Amino acid sequence: MAERRGPCGIGGFGPAGSTGGARAGSSLATGAEPEARARSFGGPANSRWLRLGAMEELDGEPTVTLIPGVNSSKKQMCFDWGPGEMLVCETSFNKKEKSETVPGCPVIYIIRKDVDVYSQILRKLFNESHGIFVGLQRIEEELTGKSRKAQLVRVSKNYRSVIRACMEEMHQVAIAAKDPACSRQFSSQVSILSAMELIWNLCEILFIEVAPAGPLLLHLLDWVRLHVCEVDNLLADVLGSENPRKHESFWKLVTILVLQGRLDEARQMLSKEADSSPTSAGMCRILGDLMRTMPVLSPGTTQTLTELELKWQHWHEECERHLQDGTFASSPHLESLCKIMLGDEAALLEQKELLNNWYHFLVTRLLYSHPTVKPIDLHFYAQSSLDLFLGGESSPEPLDNILMAAFEFDIHQVIKECSIALSNWWFVAHLTDLLDHCKLLQSHNLYFGSNMREFLLLEYASGLFAHHRPSRLSSSELCSLWQLGVDYFDYCPELGRVSLELHIERIPLSTEQKALKVLRICEQRQMTEQVRSICKILAMKAVRNNRLGSALSWSIRAKDAAFATLVSDRFLRDYCERGCFSDLDLIDNLGPAMMLSDRLTFLGKYREFHRLYGEKRFVDAASLLLSLMTSQIAPRSFWMTLLTDALPLLEQKQVIFSAEQTYELMRCLEDLTSGRPVHGEPDAQRLQDDDIETTKVEMLRLALARNLARAIIKEGSLEGS
Amino acid sequence: MEEIYAKFVSQKISKTRWRPVPAGSLQTADTFATGSWDNEENRVSLWSIGDFGNLDSDGGFEGDHQLLCDIKHHGDVMDLQFFDQERIVAASSTGSVTLFLHHPNNQTLSVGQQWTAAHYHTSPGSLSCRSAPCTGVVCSNPEIVTVGEDGRINLFRADHKEAVRTIDNADSSTLHAVTFLRTPEILTVNSIGQLKIWDFRQQGNEPSQILSLTGDRVPLHCVDRHPNQQHVVATGGQDGMLSIWDVRQGTMPVSLLKAHEAEMWEVHFHPSNPDHLFTCSEDGSLWHWDASTDAPEKSSLFHEGRSSIFLFHSISNQANVHQSVISSWLSTDPAKDRIEITSLLPNRTLSVNSLDVLGPCLVCGTDAEAIYVTRQLFS
Repeated sequence: MAERRGPCGIGGFGPAGSTGGARAGSSLATGAEPEARARSFGGPANSRWLRLGAMEELDGEPTVTLIPGVNSSKKQMCFDWGPGEMLVCETSFNKKEKSETVPGCPVIYIIRKDVDVYSQILRKLFNESHGIFVGLQRIEEELTGKSRKAQLVRVSKNYRSVIRACMEEMHQVAIAAKDPACSRQFSSQVSILSAMELIWNLCEILFIEVAPAGPLLLHLLDWVRLHVCEVDNLLADVLGSENPRKHESFWKLVTILVLQGRLDEARQMLSKEADSSPTSAGMCRILGDLMRTMPVLSPGTTQTLTELELKWQHWHEECERHLQDGTFASSPHLESLCKIMLGDEAALLEQKELLNNWYHFLVTRLLYSHPTVKPIDLHFYAQSSLDLFLGGESSPEPLDNILMAAFEFDIHQVIKECSIALSNWWFVAHLTDLLDHCKLLQSHNLYFGSNMREFLLLEYASGLFAHHRPSRLSSSELCSLWQLGVDYFDYCPELGRVSLELHIERIPLSTEQKALKVLRICEQRQMTEQVRSICKILAMKAVRNNRLGSALSWSIRAKDAAFATLVSDRFLRDYCERGCFSDLDLIDNLGPAMMLSDRLTFLGKYREFHRLYGEKRFVDAASLLLSLMTSQIAPRSFWMTLLTDALPLLEQKQVIFSAEQTYELMRCLEDLTSGRPVHGEPDAQRLQDDDIETTKVEMLRLALARNLARAIIKEGSLEGS
Repeated sequence: MEEIYAKFVSQKISKTRWRPVPAGSLQTADTFATGSWDNEENRVSLWSIGDFGNLDSDGGFEGDHQLLCDIKHHGDVMDLQFFDQERIVAASSTGSVTLFLHHPNNQTLSVGQQWTAAHYHTSPGSLSCRSAPCTGVVCSNPEIVTVGEDGRINLFRADHKEAVRTIDNADSSTLHAVTFLRTPEILTVNSIGQLKIWDFRQQGNEPSQILSLTGDRVPLHCVDRHPNQQHVVATGGQDGMLSIWDVRQGTMPVSLLKAHEAEMWEVHFHPSNPDHLFTCSEDGSLWHWDASTDAPEKSSLFHEGRSSIFLFHSISNQANVHQSVISSWLSTDPAKDRIEITSLLPNRTLSVNSLDVLGPCLVCGTDAEAIYVTRQLFS
C-alpha cells in the first residue's frame, strides 16, 4: 500500500509538541497524474525512516504531501478528518463540470499515516503485546525495589521477544515473496522492526535495568552482539569449511570476534592458526594469553570496581609493552588485533566496515579503553564516537539521534524522536507506558490533555479503533482491533473514558452478537448513555425489519420507556388491523418488565384479558377490562376498542358486569363521546366513519342498558332471596 | 493441562470445530476448522495438529497447528459444523448458508452448495428483503437446520437447492443456537430466555414445547444435549449462568449454576465422557466442569489452574422422580454431588468465542486472534 509515485511527505509536528490532528503519511493513489500539492500536518510519519535525511527542527513548516489527481486551482477538494487518518476525497461540486473534466468514475484518495504497518504479521504484534500491556498494568503497586525491577525487566524482555518474533516471521515472508517490490516492502519492515528492537533494548539497559558502572558495559556488549549478528553465520561458514584457516574470511572473522569482545572464541580461532603455521605460533600464543588474561567483571563475585580497574590497568600496560616491543611486528593481522585490544581509535576506525555502525564502535572503544564507564559519562563517549565514526562525511540519521538521546538519558527526546521517525504509535505508546511504570516520567506534564503516557496511549488506541472505519474505501489490510483498544483506554485515567465513549458509539453493529460484545464493554464500565443508545439503535433496526418482538426486547434492556411505548403502540395497531396478536411468546412472558411504560403494561394486561376471555373466565376478564379504563392505563384512543370488546361479555347469557360495573362502563362511554372534538369541514369519508361510530355507540348503549336491567334484577333478587 | 498451545493467527476466531473421526476408528482428532469474524475478509480455514513426522527433543510432537487450507467467506462466520468428514457447513452474517467441500488430495476448499438469503427480514412497507444474520446451524446427515436473527428456522438437505421446510416467525426474538434433540426434533434457544422444542413432523409454526427461565428473561446463547441421555440439556446464558434442563418434565431448568462473569458463548458435553462439560465465555475464560462422582483424587489431577468447588443449586425439587439411571447432571442432592471446575486458559484474554472437544483434544478460538489447542485433556 505504499505510494505509487511522487515523494512522500514526512515529518511535521511531533506528538509531544502538537495538539493532535490528523497525521499523514504515504498517499494511496490509484491512477491519475500528480497535479497539485496538499499540505499535510504530520505526526509519526511514514516507514522509510531509515532512509530519512536529517530531521529538521520539530516545529518547522509542515511538509508537503503530494496527492495525485488533485487540481487545487479548481478547488475540487474536500477533506474529512478522522481521528486516526485523514481522508481526502476529490470531488467536484458542479456535476456538469465534473463530467467534462473527470470522465469516468471519481477517485477517492485516502491518506493514511501508517499504511504499511497494517499487515497480517503486525496484527500479531498488536495482539500479543496487548496481553503483555494488560499484565503490566496489573503489576502490584506494592512490589518495590528489586522484585519490581525484575518484573519490569521481564515485561520489557517480553515486549522485545514479540518484536523479534514478528521480525523473524516478516523476514521469512520477505524471503518467500516472489514479487521483488513486495519483498522489498517486507524487508523494509524488517529493518523498522529491528530498529525498534534495538532502541527498546538500549532503553531497557539504560532506563529500566539502570545498570551501574561495570555491568553496564556487559549489557551494552550483549546489546551489540544481539544486533550485529552476521558474525554467527560467518562463524558457522568458516568453521564448516575444510580448512578454516585458509578461508578467505578467516581474519575478518577473528577481527569481528575481537571487536565484539568474544575473546574466548577469538582465542580458539587463533589456536587453529597456531597449529598450522609454526612461524606465527609463538605470536598467536602470546596474543591468546593476552586475550585470556583480560580482566572482566564476572557477576556474582565480590570483586570491587577499583580492583578491576587496577588489574585492567596492568593488563593494558602489558599489551602496550608487547606492541612497543614489536612482538607482533611480523604479522600485520595480529598487530592490528593487538591495537584494537588497546582501544586504539585509529586501528578501530580502520575496521569501519566490520563495525557497521557508530554504536558498535562506541561499545568496542569502551570495552578496550574504559571498561568501567559510568552511565553519566556515556553520552560524552557516544557523541565523540559518533563524530569520529561519521567523520563529517555524512550527517546523523534519525536512528542515530534516537540512540544518542538515549545515551544522554533524555527520555523525552527519545520518545519525541521515535514518534517522528516511526510509522505508528505502537512503539512509543508501549515504551512510554513501560518507562512510566518505572516512575521515570512523573514530572513531565504536557500543556494539553494529560501526561505523555496517556497522550500516546490514547493516540495508539484511537488508531486501533479508527482501523475499522473506511473498510469499504480501502483495499489495505484493514481489520478490527477495536477490542484491543478498549483495554488501552481503560488505563488512561484522565481522558480514556471519554475517548472510549466517543469511539464505542461509532462501531458498526453488523450483527446482534457484535452488538452484545459492544454492550458488554459498555455495561462493565457503567456507560449507561452508550448502552441506551446502542439498544436504541438495535431496537430501531428491529422495528425497520418488522421484528417487533426483538424491538421490544431491546427497549426493555435499555429501560427505554419512550421506545417501549412506541413499540407497544405498533403491537396494538397491528392487533387492531389484524384482530390477533403476534409474538405471543414474548408478550405472555413480560413479567416485571411490563412496568417499564404504561403502554407496555396496557399491552400486557390487554393480552391477559384476551387470554382470560379465551379461557372463558368471563368475570375476571370483565373486571380486568374495566380496570384498564378506570385506572387510565388504557390510552383514550383505545377505549372504543375496549368497549367494543365488552360487547360480547354484555351479551352473554349470564350477567357478568354488575350494576356498579355497568355504571362505570356507561360513564366511560359518555366521557368518550362527550369529549369528542368538533370537526371542521366534514368530508365524505369522515361522515361515513362517524356513521359507523354512531352505530357502535348506539349498540353499546343498548347493550349496557339491557345489561344494567338484568344486573339490577339479578342483584335485587339475590338480595331478596 | 500442561500442554496447551497458542498460536496467533491474525484473525478473530468465531468458531472452532474438530473434524469428526470415522465411526469405529481408533484415530484421534487431528484436523479442525475455524471461522473468523469482524475482519475485512473472513475465512473458513482447516488446520492440522497432525504430526508431520517432526518429533521434538522430548519425543513429543510439535505442538503448533499448521494451516492446511482456507477459503474466503462472505460475512462473519456465525456458526460452523462438520456435515461429514469432507464437508463443512458455515452460517454467515449475510444470511447465507454455505456447504464447503474439502479436497484432501490437493488440500483445497471449495464451495459445494450455497443457500443465499436463507435468513432475511421483510420490511413492513416494501416487498424488498434485507438479509438477516444466520446465527446457528446443526447437521445430521443429510439434514441441515439453521436459525437466524429473523426468528426463522430452515431445514435443508444437502442435495436440495431449496429449503425442505421453513418455519417463518418461529420466534419473536432472535434465535441464538440450535441442536438436535432426537431426529426429527430440534431444540432452539432465544434471546428472551426460552428453550423451545420443535417437531418437524408437526405442521404449523408452533413449538411442541416451551421451557423458560423464570423472571428476568436472560438471553440464552448456546445449547448442547447430553450425548447419551437425550433429555438432559445444558444451556448458557448472557449472565454466564449454566442451566441444566430435563426436557421431559417441568418448564424450568433443573439447576442453575453460577459460572462465568459474562456471556457464555458455548457449552459442550464431552461426546464420549459426558460427565465432563466445557464452557467458554466473553470474559475470556474456558472452563472444564467435572461432575463424575468417582474421582476422589481429582484435586491432585488438576493442580494447574484455579480449582473451585461449586454446589448444585436446585431450584425445583424433584426428589420423588424415579429414574433407573440418574444422570450426574440431574441429581439434586447438594451435599453429595460436587462439580469440580478447572480453568483451562492460563491468563484471561479477550473473549473465548468457541470451543470444541473430541477425545482427549480441545480447541478454542478467541477475539485476541489466538487459537489454543491441547491434546491431553484428561492427563
